[in-house]
Amino acid sequence: MAQMNMIQALNSAMDIMLARDPNVVVLGEDVGYFGGVFRVTDGLQRKYGEHRVLDTPIAEGAIVGAAIGMGVNGLRPVAEVQFADYIYPACDQIFSELARLRYRSSGDFWAPVTIRTPCGGGIRGGQTHSQSPEAIFTHVCGIKVVMPSNPYDAKGLLIASIEDDDPVVFFEPKRLYNGPFDGDANKPAVPWSTHAKGEVPDGYYTVPIGKAEIVRKGSAVTIVTYGTMVYVCEAAAKALGIDAEIIDLRSMVPLDVDTICTSVRKTGRCLIAHEATRFSGFGAELSATIQEECFWDLEAPIQRVAGWDTPYPHAFEWEYFPGQQRVAIGLKAVVEAA
Amino acid sequence: MPRKSRLHIPRHHSRPGEEPDFSYLETSPAGAVARPDVNARARDIGNLAVELVRVLDDDHQAVGPWHPHLDPQELQVGLRHMLLTRIFDERMQRAQRQGKISFYMRSFGEEAVSVAQCMALRPRDMLFPSYRNQGLYIVRGRALVDLMCQLLSNTRDMCKGRQLPVMYHWADGRIFSISGNLTTQFPQAVGWAMAAAIKGEDDIGVSWIGEGSSAEADFHHAMLFASVYMAPVILNVVNNQWAISTFQGFAGGEQRSFAARGPGYGMAGIRVDGNDFLAVHAVTQWAAERARTGAGPTLIEHVTYRGAAHSTSDDPARYRPKDDYEKWPLGDPVERLKNHLIALGEWSEERHAALYKELEQHVSESWKEAVQYGTLSDGPRLNRDLMFQDVFKEMPEHLRKQREQLRAEQGG
Repeated sequence: MAQMNMIQALNSAMDIMLARDPNVVVLGEDVGYFGGVFRVTDGLQRKYGEHRVLDTPIAEGAIVGAAIGMGVNGLRPVAEVQFADYIYPACDQIFSELARLRYRSSGDFWAPVTIRTPCGGGIRGGQTHSQSPEAIFTHVCGIKVVMPSNPYDAKGLLIASIEDDDPVVFFEPKRLYNGPFDGDANKPAVPWSTHAKGEVPDGYYTVPIGKAEIVRKGSAVTIVTYGTMVYVCEAAAKALGIDAEIIDLRSMVPLDVDTICTSVRKTGRCLIAHEATRFSGFGAELSATIQEECFWDLEAPIQRVAGWDTPYPHAFEWEYFPGQQRVAIGLKAVVEAA
Repeated sequence: MPRKSRLHIPRHHSRPGEEPDFSYLETSPAGAVARPDVNARARDIGNLAVELVRVLDDDHQAVGPWHPHLDPQELQVGLRHMLLTRIFDERMQRAQRQGKISFYMRSFGEEAVSVAQCMALRPRDMLFPSYRNQGLYIVRGRALVDLMCQLLSNTRDMCKGRQLPVMYHWADGRIFSISGNLTTQFPQAVGWAMAAAIKGEDDIGVSWIGEGSSAEADFHHAMLFASVYMAPVILNVVNNQWAISTFQGFAGGEQRSFAARGPGYGMAGIRVDGNDFLAVHAVTQWAAERARTGAGPTLIEHVTYRGAAHSTSDDPARYRPKDDYEKWPLGDPVERLKNHLIALGEWSEERHAALYKELEQHVSESWKEAVQYGTLSDGPRLNRDLMFQDVFKEMPEHLRKQREQLRAEQGG
């Protein structure tokens, strides 16, 4: 076991897969010589060469399109889109091609592409370096969508994604790269070395796609969340003294409905939290599913806590971000409802 | 012997610790490139896309057919604008290091592109800049305080706190809102120019991207529409050699000039020394007249150098030699215009030093005023309700509700 932050854990996953499988290639803007703007691919080109870790032109559509072609020709590409905010030029290739290739060719063609992309706010990135567009991708049939919240899961899920024969969009909450973040920007940053999930095996292991994790057992309310909001919710529940059961989804597609609904049936109450905008956010899918599956067990309306339905504003980062206060208001509402 | 296919990986000219090597750069002597008629057919002027238009020679004289014969006073104004851009950039970089602003991007080394071009255009021409064209605002006369207030996201921020620093806009000055997403402005400028032609107006559209951004599909879309409709537009590729850490070879510059993509689409393409104020001015005038008189669009490649980091989040020491800018064969745009004016007997080191001091003071006074309207950490703050405005023209009910929720969350 080693201490790793999320950047090192992701790097380790790619390192292991590049070593294990000669068909794995990494491509993206600044990922090669420079090692990525967040250093996630640091050292990989030096180790595996310029034909396996490729710097690309600034063309997200071409990065994904080429990754599909490589995948069809037997490679297992790991493409980086430098910020999730810049993934949109690639969306035709992702939505119309990558997601549907297996379906439209009756399984004769498919491309095992993993698209890594940093998402989320909290780094003063303004409206073009802060977005959480995961729900858009969950709406497209044929791609898996994951978002780890800690180094251990990040490494295991990335290895699982690279090995998966279906395409995976792999969101990395960039505010969590260097440590868990509970939403309080005034507190000193906490490193991953203080957290159990900063303990990461050096070697190969996987975290299965499609399995949620209960990060805290509790009985008063189920909190369904993922990414940065896991820590915000933990802190908010603790501050209120509410015995919350907190579920870190880790995967959105496929969704671990069993874990969610077993918990909600037990607690009878549910709060859903994500950083992304609320309207048509992934919380809407969760809420609908829980209502369908657990209606007779619910003792209160399901609460959703999310980012506001505006672009992510630079000057109002912490007014926009669904911090502990917003979670607390939602928690009180769902716990105190008769 | 049959050869196996093999990927070609573009070579960087030199890496940290190595001697900068710019032998890849193809140049033409100053004055050597012919200046065709503005109505010349694109197919007849393909050489412009390969050669390098230069006016200033090594003795600081202006030579050849592209010599724009500008008044010394106009050159002095150009020098002033470039120097102000540079001093403003330096001061704002420092402000970021001091934690007063969250982010900054300098245009160090590329000042001639924005300044000379903007001076060669008309005030009604519509500009669609990238994030490294601050010289446009300087030339068109936007107060530095206004730019600084945007950088500070303070109570006088033109973007109402919604945009990252440097993502300015100025409707009255006819400068479009800057996007963080690359190249999106290129087809928009073409559409704006098409509208001018549809309306029968002789204003032109002008846009800028970096050479790295020419990789985006929007570049090709813009080129196609511009050439199909012969839109009155100037499309500029500022080839500053670097897209964050990747060298221009990764954008396709190793095989062919970026200007050569113009003829590829059936439109004029010109390669110009982007650090030569006179050459940039002359080429822009030529392209503007061409666009305004219905002879079609022009793609201009400005061969220049990103003298500074990509942004305050970047550390170029990781991927390029530290002294590469000093070794750049096309020199520094401010120094070259200064030396030309001195050679003309219209400038001196003393006047230059005095101007520098005057502009430094102007920047410093502007900053003192700007911070009174608030910074990210101190002073007055924008009203948080502004977050919910302008998502739509009229605020829908769900946003009103969220605005109330935020008020409640923050204690009224």
